[in-house]
Amino acid sequence: MANQNLYNYILGIADNSLVLGQRLGELCGHGPSLETDIAGTNISLDLIGQTRSYFQYAAKVSGKELTEDDIAFLRLERDYRNVLLVEQPNTHFGYVIARQYLFDVFHLLFLNELQYSKDETLSAIAKKGIKEVSYHKRFSGDWIKRLGDGTEESHEKMQEAVDDLWRYTDELFEMSEDDQQMVSEGIGVDLPKLKESYYDEVSELLSEATLEIPERKYFSYGGKNGVHTEHMGYLLADLQYMQRTYPNMQW
Amino acid sequence: MSEKEVKNLEAIFEARIARDEKIEPKDWMPEKYRKTHIRQISQHAHSEIVGMLPEGNWISRAPSLRRKAALLAKVQDEAGHGLYLYSACETLGVSRDELYDQLHSGKAKYSSIFNYPTVTWADIGAIGWLVDGAAIINQVPLCNTSFGPYARAMVRVCKEESFHQRQGYEIMLTLCNGTEEQKAMAQDALNRWWWPSLMMLGPTDAESIHTEQSMKWKLKRKTNDELRQQFIDQTVPQADILGLTVPDPDLKWNEERGSYDFGEIDWDEFWQVVKGHGPCNKERMNARVGAWERGTWVRDAAMAYAEKQEEKKVSKAS
Ligand SMILES: [Fe+2]
Ligand SMILES: [Fe+2]
Ligand SMILES: [Fe+2]
Repeated sequence: MANQNLYNYILGIADNSLVLGQRLGELCGHGPSLETDIAGTNISLDLIGQTRSYFQYAAKVSGKELTEDDIAFLRLERDYRNVLLVEQPNTHFGYVIARQYLFDVFHLLFLNELQYSKDETLSAIAKKGIKEVSYHKRFSGDWIKRLGDGTEESHEKMQEAVDDLWRYTDELFEMSEDDQQMVSEGIGVDLPKLKESYYDEVSELLSEATLEIPERKYFSYGGKNGVHTEHMGYLLADLQYMQRTYPNMQW
Repeated sequence: MSEKEVKNLEAIFEARIARDEKIEPKDWMPEKYRKTHIRQISQHAHSEIVGMLPEGNWISRAPSLRRKAALLAKVQDEAGHGLYLYSACETLGVSRDELYDQLHSGKAKYSSIFNYPTVTWADIGAIGWLVDGAAIINQVPLCNTSFGPYARAMVRVCKEESFHQRQGYEIMLTLCNGTEEQKAMAQDALNRWWWPSLMMLGPTDAESIHTEQSMKWKLKRKTNDELRQQFIDQTVPQADILGLTVPDPDLKWNEERGSYDFGEIDWDEFWQVVKGHGPCNKERMNARVGAWERGTWVRDAAMAYAEKQEEKKVSKAS
C-alpha cells in the first residue's frame, strides 16, 4: 500500500465513530424517553455518517479495490483500532451518558485540531464533524448534570458509571506509531497536547454536576493495538453478521 | 347547559365539519368526538413507537453502512411521528404519561402488525414496502380529517412514510436483483408479511364497529375493505416487477371490476393477535414496559434537576 500509515490512521479515527455508533444503535427504542431515543439515534446516525466518510477515503488511500463496507465489516477483531472506552456496553443510562461525554469532549478537541490537517479530505471531514460533535457534547454534558445533580439515586448511578469508565480515558491520548508518523507529516493530531484541556474540561463539568473526580492512577489500554475488552467480540458478531453469513453480495 | 343547548352546539359543530372547517383544541366539541380522537390518535402514536422495535431489531445487524444509516434514520422518523401524535393527543387534555399507562397496562391497542417478528434482513425491506405502504393508504385521507392538529401531523407523517415505502421497496429490489439466497430471503419475507399487511387495514366492514361515526367526522373516508382493495391493486404490480409471487392462490385480475380478486383472509389469526396472542405481543410489551421502568430513575432525575434549577432562578431573582 502506498500510504499504510495514513490508511491505519484513518481507520483509527473511524473505528471510534463506528463502534460508538453501533453501541448507540443498540439502544434505539429502549431508552428512558422518546426524546432521549431520538437524540441517541441522531448521534448514532452522525457517527455512522462520519465513519462512512472516513472509510470511503481510506478505501481510496488503500489503492486496492476496497469498499467502505469491506473495511467496516470484514476485518478481524485484532484489526479494529478503536479505543476501549467506546466499546463498553450500555450497562444503564448512566453508562451510556458517561461513555458519551468522556468521548465527546475528546472527540471535539480532536476534530478542532484535525481541521488544520495538511490532508484536505481529513480536514473537510473534521470541519463537518465539529458541528455534529458540539451537539453530542451538549447533549451528554447536560445529562451528566441532570443525573449527577438530580436525585440521590441518579447521583449514585452517575458516579458509578464515571468511576467505572474513567480507567479508559488515558488511552484516548496514547500515541501509536501511525499517530507519530502522521503528526510528523503535519497530517495527524498530537494527542498528548489535548490531555490537559480534556481533564480540565471534564473535571469542571463533573464538579458542576456535584460528582467526584475519580482519583485513579491505573488505566487500561489496548484498543489502539487491537487488543480489546471481552465485549468487542459480541459487538462484532452483530455488526458483521450479514456480511459474514452472506459473503460477496450487494445489499 | 340544558339538553337543548347541547343539541344546538352539536348541530353547529357537525355543520362546521360538513363545511370542511377544521376543529381546533380550544373549540367546543362533543365529548364523544374528544374521546374518539384520543383513542384513535393515541393508538396511532403507540403504533409508531411499538413499530420501532421490530425494525430496531436490525439496526445492529444491518448489512452495509448505508443501510444502517437509512434504518437509523427511519426508526428515528417513527419516534418523531410518535412524538407529534402524542402532542396532538395532549391538546385534547390527556397527558403522555396517561397514554403510556394505557399502553403498558394493555388497555390501549396498537397496530397488530408489529406483533410479528423480523427474522431476516428482508423483513426490513418488506416492512417498508408493505407496512409503510398500507399505513400511507390508511393515512393519506387523514390529511383532510376534521381535527386540525391530527390533520397537520398527518401531512408531515405521510411525507416521511412514503419515503420509507420507497426505501423498503428499494431494499426488496436489491435483494431480488441479487443472488438466489437473497431472492429467496425476499420471497420468504413477502410470504410472511403479505397477509398481516392486508389485516392491517382493519376488520372487514361488516365487523367494524366505528366506521359510520368516523366517516362523518372524516376520521375515515373509505371503508376498510375499500382501502384493502386499493392496497392490493397498488401492490401486486410492484410484486410483479420484483419477480416475487404474492402468496395467494386466489389472486386474480378481474377485468370487469378493474381490480384484483383475492383469497379469504384468516380473521381468526387477526383476532388472536389483536387479543394479545400473536407471536410477539408479549415481547413488544415487555420491551416497552421494561424501557419505561428502567428509565424511571432517569426521568425522576431530570425532573428533580429542573426543579432545582428553577429554585436557583427564583432565589437569585429575589
Ligand atoms: Fe411512522
Ligand atoms: Fe404510521
Ligand atoms: Fe414509516
